[in-house]
Parts: sequence; C-alpha cells; structure tokens
Amino acid sequence: MMTKESGALAGIQRQIMWNRLIAVVEEQAQTMIRTAFSTTVREAGDLSAGIFDLQGRMLAQAVTGTPGHVNSMMESVGHFLKKFPAETMQPGDHYITNDPWLGTGHLHDLTVVTPAFRNGRIVGLFANTAHVIDVGGLGMGPEGRSVFEEGIYIPIVKCFDRGVPNETFFDFIRWGSRLPVELEGDVYSLCACNDAGAKRLVQMMDEFAMDSLDPLAAFIFDSSLRATVAEIAKLKPGTYAAEISSDGYEEPVTLKAAMTILDDAIEVDFAGTSGLSQRGINVPAAYCRAYSCFGIKVVVAPEIPNNWASLAPFRMKIPEGCILNAPRPYPVSVRHVTGQLLPDLMMGCLHQVVPDRVTAEGSSCLWNPPLRGGSAVSGQARGNKAVLPDFEIVTFNSGGTGARPTLDGLDGTAFPSGVRTMPVEATENVAPVIFWKKELRPDSGGAGRTRGGFGQIMEIGTKGELEFAVNAIFDRVAHAPKGRDGGLDGGNGGVQLASGNKLRTKGFQVIPDGERLLLLLPGGGGMGDPAARDPAKVARDVRDGLVSVENARALYKVVVSADGVVDVAATAALGRDRNR
Amino acid sequence: MASARLAVDIGGTFTDLALEHGGTRTTAKVLTTPHAPEQGVMDGVRTILKTAGLQPADIAILIHGTTLATNAVIERKGAKTALITTEGFRDVLALGNESRYDQYDLNIVLPEPLVPRALRLPVPERLDNEGRVLLPLDEKAVRALVPLLKREGVESVAVGFLHAFVNAVHERRVREILAGELPGVPVSLSSEVSPEMREWERLSTTAANAYVQPLMARYLTRLEGELRALGLGAPIFLMLSGGGLTTIETACRFPIRLVESGPAGGAIFSAHVARQCGLANVLSFDMGGTTAKICLIDDYHPQTARTFEVARVGRFRKGSGLPLRIPVIEMVEIGAGGGSIAHVDSMGRIAVGPESAGADPGPACYGRGGAYPAVTDANLMLGRYDPARFAGGSMKLDAAAARTALAEHVGGKLGLAAEMAALGVIEMVDENMANAARVHAIESGKTYEGRTLIAFGGGGPVHAFRVAEKVGIDRVLVPSGAGVGSAIGFLRAPVGYEVVRSLYQRFSTFDVESVNALLTDMEREAAQVVAQGSFGAPTQQTRIAFMRYVGQGHEIPVPLPARRLTHEDVAAIRAAYDTEYSRFYDRPVPGSDVEIMSYAVVVATVPDGMADPPVAAGGSSATPVRMQKVRDTISGDVSDWAIYDRAGLSPGAKLAGPAVIAEDETSTLVGPGWSASVNGLGYLELVREAA
Repeated sequence: MMTKESGALAGIQRQIMWNRLIAVVEEQAQTMIRTAFSTTVREAGDLSAGIFDLQGRMLAQAVTGTPGHVNSMMESVGHFLKKFPAETMQPGDHYITNDPWLGTGHLHDLTVVTPAFRNGRIVGLFANTAHVIDVGGLGMGPEGRSVFEEGIYIPIVKCFDRGVPNETFFDFIRWGSRLPVELEGDVYSLCACNDAGAKRLVQMMDEFAMDSLDPLAAFIFDSSLRATVAEIAKLKPGTYAAEISSDGYEEPVTLKAAMTILDDAIEVDFAGTSGLSQRGINVPAAYCRAYSCFGIKVVVAPEIPNNWASLAPFRMKIPEGCILNAPRPYPVSVRHVTGQLLPDLMMGCLHQVVPDRVTAEGSSCLWNPPLRGGSAVSGQARGNKAVLPDFEIVTFNSGGTGARPTLDGLDGTAFPSGVRTMPVEATENVAPVIFWKKELRPDSGGAGRTRGGFGQIMEIGTKGELEFAVNAIFDRVAHAPKGRDGGLDGGNGGVQLASGNKLRTKGFQVIPDGERLLLLLPGGGGMGDPAARDPAKVARDVRDGLVSVENARALYKVVVSADGVVDVAATAALGRDRNR
Repeated sequence: MASARLAVDIGGTFTDLALEHGGTRTTAKVLTTPHAPEQGVMDGVRTILKTAGLQPADIAILIHGTTLATNAVIERKGAKTALITTEGFRDVLALGNESRYDQYDLNIVLPEPLVPRALRLPVPERLDNEGRVLLPLDEKAVRALVPLLKREGVESVAVGFLHAFVNAVHERRVREILAGELPGVPVSLSSEVSPEMREWERLSTTAANAYVQPLMARYLTRLEGELRALGLGAPIFLMLSGGGLTTIETACRFPIRLVESGPAGGAIFSAHVARQCGLANVLSFDMGGTTAKICLIDDYHPQTARTFEVARVGRFRKGSGLPLRIPVIEMVEIGAGGGSIAHVDSMGRIAVGPESAGADPGPACYGRGGAYPAVTDANLMLGRYDPARFAGGSMKLDAAAARTALAEHVGGKLGLAAEMAALGVIEMVDENMANAARVHAIESGKTYEGRTLIAFGGGGPVHAFRVAEKVGIDRVLVPSGAGVGSAIGFLRAPVGYEVVRSLYQRFSTFDVESVNALLTDMEREAAQVVAQGSFGAPTQQTRIAFMRYVGQGHEIPVPLPARRLTHEDVAAIRAAYDTEYSRFYDRPVPGSDVEIMSYAVVVATVPDGMADPPVAAGGSSATPVRMQKVRDTISGDVSDWAIYDRAGLSPGAKLAGPAVIAEDETSTLVGPGWSASVNGLGYLELVREAA
C-alpha cells in the first residue's frame, strides 16, 4: 500500500513539476516583453521562449509568442550545440545568431541560447527568438536578390562570454543597423530573459531536489507523445492532397501538399510546389515546418503543449529547389508572406478528414506596411521642396480570418500569426505619418452559412502630404482566400494610391507628394451555403453597414432594408431554404 | 455627536457591512438584491444599526462600494449607448489590437463591443499627435446625427476622437451641440474619462463609462434618497477601483472608476493590516469561492496600475475582456477557488478550474447535487477542515459524496485512490496560484523575498502556507474579520483622486515649464474632487512620471517632488529613473535617451498614522480541541494534526504545526515545519521554521 502511494505521489509531483516548467518559460517570455526595445517584440509580441535539455530537445515553450517560431527555434538549439557543445559552455555565456537557416527564417529574427548551471554543472538550455525592427541591409521587404542584401548576418557567436559583453560583436551590430540603440537593447533583453528563466529553473530544481532534468523530460515526452499519437489515431488514415495559390513576386506561387495520416504520425509531402523566387518571399525549410506543424496541431491536438515529443509526430518532406526549402543564399526576408499560407494548406488537407474542425481560408499573410520617409526616399530638402524627417516604421495589420464551422471568421485579426497591432496614436507619435482611415471593409467577408471575417481599409498619408515610400509585402490580391463547403471566397486585397492608381503588391514604391497609400485588406472565406445563413445575422450585418442590401439579396437570398428589417415574405419567395 | 463609520460592500451574492464606533467593530452580511441593490443595502444598514445599538444619526460617514457597474457590463444591461468618433475610425472598438488571446483555439470568441456598429457614428474631424487641427470638426455632421440618436432611443453618448487627450476642443464642442439638441442625455468625453494615448483603450473606457452611467446615476440617487429618508444625514463616499474615495457627484460622472471597488477594498484591508503590523512589503492573497486574487503591496501601498480588463469572455484569459484605462489597484485574478472543479486532461494531468461549481449546486460535499469534485471536496477528503465548524456549523458536509466525485472524475482516470486524487487536486491548485503569483511578480518587476503573505477570504487561510512555500515566503498573517475584509478596507481608504495625463517628451529636450503647467492643472483637478469630501482634513500629494528608454515598451513609474520643478531637478529625475530601472532589470542600457509618456497626480487625505501593534503577553501555549487525521500534501503521509478553536486562542498563544485553527468563516492550516502564534491584535502569525 505504502509503495503504491509513494508511486502515486511521485506521479503527482511530476505533474506539478511540468506545470512549473511551463510557468518558468512564461516568466522568461514576460521578461522579454518588459525589457525589449523593438516595437515588434514589446507591442506586437513577435517572440518565443523555451527550455531545452542538453541534447537540444525542447521541454516546454511559453504560451506567449507567435507560431512562426514554434519548432524553428527548437531546431535552432541543435545547431548551437553542434558549434558549441554543451560541455564547453560556461556560466554567463550567451550565444546568438540570426542565420535564417540556423534560426527562424530571416535575418530580423535573433535567437539567443543560454546555458543554465546548478552547483557548477550545466543542467539545461534556455532559448528565445525575437523579431527586431532593423538589421540594416535593404530593410524589411522583398527586394533583396540574395540574403547578403537583406542585412547584417550574425553566425552563431558568443555575445556574452562568462558575463562579459563581446564588444566586437556589439560594435558590428551597432554600426550595421539603422536603429543601433534598439538592436543593442534587444540583445541585452534577450539575454536578460534567458537569465531570468535559468535563475528560476535552478530554484525549481532546488525545491524539488532534482539532480537532472532527464527524468522529468522523459515523463513530459512520454505523456505528450502518447497524447498526440492518441489524437492522430482518431483520424482516418489515408493520403489527402490540397493546394493553394498566392500572388508571389515575379509570378504566382502554388503550394502543394499531400498529407498522409499514419497510425502514429502525420507526414506531409510538398512535391509539386512552385520553385524558388529571385526575391525575398522564399521560405527556409525550418519555417515551413513551423507553420505546417502549427496548422496541423491547431486542428488535431490544440491542447497538447508544444515540446519536442508533441511536435515529433508531424513530419515534413520538402523537395529541394522548391520555394518552401530555400537554400542559402536565396533571399528570405519576407518568408512570412508565403509561409503563413501553410496552415490554410494544411487545413485544405484536413478538411477531407475532419471537415467540422477546420476553417475556411483567411487573409492569413500579415498586411504589414513597412513605411520609410526622409532623405533615404526624397534626398535632401532643397528650394521649395520640403522633405520629411527620416523615419522607418512597420505596423502589424491583418485582414479577416476564415469562417469557422459554427462561428463567423474574426474581423481584422491575425491568424496564423500571433502578433498584435499598435495603436494609431502611438504610431503617429513615432513617425510623421497620418492614418486617415483604418476601419472594417464592407462586403469583404466571404459569404457563407458562417461568414468570413471582414478585412480592413487603411488610408495612410504623411504630415504635410509629403512623399514617402512603402516596401510592399502584400498578398491575396490576385488570389482571394477561398471559401469551403459552398462558402464564397473572401474579398481580394488591393494596393493602390488613394487617387486610384494601382501599385505593385510587392516591392519598394514611392507615394508622391499629395498622395496617400490605400490598402484594402482581404476578407476571410465563407463556409457553407450562404443561403443557409440565419437571416437575423444577415440583417445585423446589413444594419451595421458591413453587408450591402444587394449582396444580402444576391448572395444570402435575404431581402432586407438598409436599417436591417427583413422582408419575410419576399425572402421566402426567394426560396432560400431549398439548399439547407 | 455622530462618530460611527459605516462601510457597505455590495458583492455578487452578499452585501457586507462593517461599522466602527468607539473602538468596536460590528459586521453584518445580508443577501444582495440584484434588481434593486439599494434594498439590500437598506436591510443591511438597519440590521447593523440594530446590532450596534445605534441610530442613523450616529453615522458620521458612509463608504460604499458596489459591483453594479461591473455586472452591468458583464451582463450587458447598461444603457443604449452611441459613440461619436473620428471619421475613418468607426471600428476601433471592434478591431482592438487585431489579435487572438489564445493561439491554439480556432473557436475563440472576442468580446462584443458595448456599442454596436450601427451606433458607432463617424464625423469628419482630425487632430494630429500634437493636437493641431488637420481637419476642423464638421458641426453640421454632428447635428445631423441628432434625429438618429432620438429615433434609436439612445440614452447615453460617448465621444472619442483621435488624439483628443492632447486637445479636447472637438470633443467639447460635440458636447455643447448635443446639450442643446438632446437635453438630459449624458455625454462622456474620452478627454475627460481617460485622457491617455492609445485609442482602443481610451474609447473602450469612454464607451463603458457612458454605458453604465445612467444606471449608476439612477441607483446612487435612489440610494441617497433612501438613506436620507431613514435619517442618515452623513456624507456618502464611493470606493474607487484605484483605492481612493470620491463623492456621489464625481461617481455619477465617472462611474467606470468604480468597477473594481470590492477587490480594491480587500487590498486596502491587507495594506492596513500590513501597516498595523509594521510589514512594509506583503503579498495579499484573497481566495474565495470562484477566484483567488493576488496583490502586491510595497511600502504599505497596494500596487496600482492604469489598465484593467472587465468582462473577460475567455475564462480569465488575459486579452479576452474589454480594456479599461483607469487607475486601479493592480491584481491578478485566477480561476481558483473553493468551488473550482477538477478534471483530468488528455495528457493524464490533473487540471483545476477555471470552471466553478459556484454556490449552487456547489462542491459535491455540499450535498446539493454537485457531481464534480471541487477544491473544497479535496480539502475535506484530506481532513483539512473541521467538518463540524464549516460555515459556522450551519452546513453539514457530505464526505461520501466528495469521495465519490473525486474517485470518479480524477482518481479513476489516473489509477489513484480518492485520497491521492484529492492530494493531487490541492497540490495543483496551489501550484496554479503560486505560478500566477510568480509571473505577476515578473510582470511587475518585483520579488517575493522578505515578504509576508496576508491571507483572507474563505479559502485564503486554508491554502496560504503551501502557496507561501511555493513562492518562497516564510511568514503568513491571517487577520481577524477576514470574511468582510473589503468592507473593512473601505473604512481605511483615504479620500483621494488620481489624475493621469499624457505629455510626451524626450528627456534630452525636457521642457520644465510645460510640465509644471500640466502638473499644476492636474493638481487643481484632483484637489477639487478631494475637497468635496475631505472636510478640511490634511491632504498629501504624490506625483509620478511614467518613463522609459526611448523606443522601449513598458514605462516605469518614477516619483517626482510635489512642487514646481526647476532645471536643477532634471538631473535628479534622470538619476532616479536609472536607479529604478536597475532595480527592475539588473542593468541599465548604456547610451539611451529616456522618454516620458505621462504623469499621474494623486491628492489624498493622509492615512491614519501607524500605531505600534499592542504587544502580546508572552508565550502561553495553546491547547488543541482534539486531534484529526490529515493527509499532508507534500509527504503524502497521514498523521494526527491538532485542531484548535481560533476563538479560544488569546494573544500570545503559540502552537506548532501541523495544525488546523478553525473558525466560523475559514480554517487556517499550519503546515508541518510551520509554527503559529497570536499577535497582540489577535491575528494569526505563521512562521516557517528553517527548512
């Protein structure tokens, strides 16, 4: 009896320790948010944090953060260990890289790895990744023709050696960035955040009298793998194919996937996917694995925490030479504009397995306008020609998400990315820009039994209506988000001058004096027959000015007045129930 | 001469009252009457006056807090509200920060804005970030809205324009126009309700203020009328969520500042206890039936914040509520209480809450048909209560039902006996609370080193010692009167008011004169509000600058001298910033300029002086009532724990753990390795012996 009880107690304690470990990495992430300098980290939350064993296997990851780093950061730690084996690491060391192939897919993401020591022995590793605002080069945008043009390249090096800053390293990054204070401050922040995690880990190991993380790791991996496999086992085995197209840079891009559901794993083969681009929309393999994995996991096993074992059953086969497996030195700066379509692609496959658990396609790719003004755009002020003060900003904006089986899509909300936007008032305080419009875009949500989320309209000018530039990274303009099960497509995106002239969806373009940039953010696709939508919901959208009277009638077969009163008889006469 | 002080706290289930008169305290609990809350208040006032043997005229001051505004927002029972806003920004309330509060749940629901799109009414106007007019207000467009407002029966109007916190000219003009066209319809301006940068938070706060205003104004007027009719002529004050008190008149204008008054009272109660016992830095831990609330108190002051979320739709998930930017006492609320239900997740892990069995049916052991195991069931199963004393002996607990629920929903799935399942549930809920407390400390840049935990609420004293162990605290204090802590806290709150305004400046170009002008103006505004209720009592002023390195995200508060600043002060302020920053984050960042985002000015009456606590007579040892088998959650062992009656312990009494000290409203657990004593105030003091 006693032994059974002590076994039970040990089991309960392992659960407590697992919970504690998740709290430790959450503290790590919160420290980064509090101390970071780049708006991308502190306002937008473009970061992730986790703890690893000495073999580089992730034990726990903070819930706070964005999916693009999910397992790309995890793979990254293995690369650090190859160059700097664990037994060579010293207390106070911090290691850093922004290598897109050894990190999380573009130079703007810094990854820092820090060993944790207890009683003089290395016991684990903390890693984190954050998107910083500037790393020099051409700046955030697709224009680079190789990674060398996209910014400073940091191989895996020590940024702190036994607590002493590597001043040679800091000199290089200070002089290589347009925003040296932010970049240096962010590196300090990433190191501080790993230190916070390490300190708490040691306290935890003291409290639970743990000599090593290994027994706990084994328990976490075993439980997670078993739970994940159990979820996979509920799915019907087979191979399910899907594809998705996007605007690309030089030409449209098609991503193809054949997903094979096995008893204990899910394999995705991307054969048939478009080849590489000459511009920075290419995706390194680790980033492809990250968003594919996220897309599967969010449908199949959303409640299981991320760790090495819970992610292991999702395997990707990415052919060489395709846009999802870009080799060095191909440009990859804006890999998100391609990579963020992957969850939609995964759901295209899973729709054939669990149609009631996937969403319609959404706007998906962030619609962040990187804006620049001042001498780098307009040269020096001369004569009567005024020029804006120098500025470089990016805001994080999103169109609508895809309709869900029982719920409408979310309006103007990031998915799959986990980032937040910043207030217009704050943006206008750091740069001489004026947002004249930022509101929902009527009739952009794909019609369906459940409707796609609405996109947004954004109209951006500057103080004094002086010229500025946008480094466009927009998609879903020629290729709208698709509906599912009879739901209609979401509204296409649009990039133009406010006066009407169209702009290219990707690349550096000047908005001349007196002009403004007009962005029409895509809406999400709908799900199910629009004529099966509850007329009261159609009426509310009409009353809210988000669906026109004409579309209510033509798409939803609901006759409704502009103030939202349904004409029941006329609606019945349209015979909308026939498709239910 | 009237000299009694009365506090009334309306909560969801009970209305709590505390009355102090001539050095004695009387308390009362009556049922809340949600449809007409003033009835419950009047019942309570009559009851407590009778108990205390006093007349209405004996009351010198009445302090009131209520969850009415919060409930109106949660239950969507506020006024029909319109929002007049900048053209092009109709959907600020709907778009929020464009993010999902849960990355892995495809089916999240975001909170509906309090004002539907059809009543979010854009008008042409635009200011820039410095308050300059880019586009004048189109007054015709404002007037053109009037027929719509009338037709729709709009009862309250919010006005929120971009950058209005810098220049309120357009918002004020709209109010003037509406005052002529729609007399009697209250108008809330964002530049008055929440004059700070960040349009979503400001407009959300303004809309919420407008939404609850008619209801609160009606209620407060009715209440005042009834109290006067009873013969209670004393001034009435309202508890603010920031911890101060204000007048009915101000409360009617800015009712949104009342939202968290109950929990704020709890934190002030803790701060007062800390002051009585000379403990500058404490952790306030209030655990009730559905949630636990944690608040950090430094230098006897509860930590304050300027943002708060109300009506979370995602089960206490951060980001799933409506943001409010008002002065609040900073608290973390965790879905962990006596009624929190335990289950086993897909990985075979015990999970507790946030679902709660509530009061009805309640935990399985209440015997009212609750089939799921709650934290209270687990405590009972482990022997951590004196069943005879639960709820003052008024409720017979059904141990068999608790055992069945635990065995069926937790033990059975994990191959554990009911006792071990109960142990797992308690360890997990303690761990959850401790984890939330730790993350909260990180978010606040604080540590638990050297702190005392002050526990109250029905569950606080039960779980306190283990939560303390988990966060590294070695001392726990359990005050008396913990069942009506918030109401007692009201009696300790200063009459005070906080004004916050944004004025963005880089430190390198710090303009002393414009800052002085702003601070003087803020002081005048705060002092005016306080003067209505301070009756000439001395006041003190606190000034704070919210500063950060240029480009950084989180400001840290830096105290300023409460007088005109001169150029000589500038270096000292910068030095104070660097000191504060290093205290938070170990090392300052070399070579960075600092920016100031905003300022706060608090004017408040001076709190009661700190008296030395009475010294307890020396170490009499206490006698247990009996022994009871209790299972320890750390070792898993069952042993005899001594049961004491708290009422039977006099100041100076000492006892060693493991023990349970029972009283009507709660039980204090003294874990193995802890000892307890009763201090001169009758508070229980638990100390962890060297581990």
